[in-house]
Amino acid sequence: MINQSDIERRYLAIKEQAEKSGYHLNPDEDFAKELVHGILTNEERYGFAACPCRLCVGPREENLDIICPCDYRDQDITEFGVCYCALYVSKDVAAGITPVSYIPDRRAPPGKCDSGDPKQTEVPEDEKSSLLQEGRPLLYPVFRCRVCGYLCARTSPPETCPICGAASDRFEKYLQ
Amino acid sequence: MEFTHVDGDDTIAVTIFSLSTCGHCRRTKTFLQEKGIAYDYIDVDLLSGETFTEVYDLVKSYNPRGSFPTIVIGEKKQVIVGDRLDEIAAAVGIAI
Repeated sequence: MINQSDIERRYLAIKEQAEKSGYHLNPDEDFAKELVHGILTNEERYGFAACPCRLCVGPREENLDIICPCDYRDQDITEFGVCYCALYVSKDVAAGITPVSYIPDRRAPPGKCDSGDPKQTEVPEDEKSSLLQEGRPLLYPVFRCRVCGYLCARTSPPETCPICGAASDRFEKYLQ
Repeated sequence: MEFTHVDGDDTIAVTIFSLSTCGHCRRTKTFLQEKGIAYDYIDVDLLSGETFTEVYDLVKSYNPRGSFPTIVIGEKKQVIVGDRLDEIAAAVGIAI
């Protein structure tokens, strides 16, 4: 059984990790703790921390993308200010400047593989090593933090550099 | 298919397909309860076997994305996906 102190402990651990790497949790602490309760429940039920707001069907291998923090978190925070379950939010949402709204799920619906997200496009193993060859587009552009040199391959720079804490406008597009 | 009934004003039928772990689902249920609106809900993550398949197919017939909460309102079976409380309030004819 999950008790209140399990929830508190996990909530604080997630919050600490989030703040250390430039992320923010939902300012509605009770709501965030309910989500943490859901994560703990799923961990107990499935053996991994599946997103509390998504239906988990099948083994871990088929649900790697929705293990919290999910594959879609950063893109959703950039686009909507919240991740799908709304545990993680942008700086503006955390500060109460922007309200939290319900957002569509970026994950492909059941039975479909192509959500239009490049992450969903399977690249054959032998092609992965040749992605940097001339004329071949990258799956994601690479952004560089001009302050500390941190590199990340994603659709847009993070809101805050997870290494040095610099703001997203301190990033430059480094590879495309 | 075992739905749980929550008492209240049942002028307009409200059915919620939800997940027991989901914050948006809980928010929707709490909202209706506070407004005194009756509803029936089923937590799809707690089902298994044939019941699960049957209920989840029904969810997808209303909401092809199969996401939660999927809320079905009234005789015309208006479908609202997510805790869009203002839309839900409008559909059941109450003020927020």
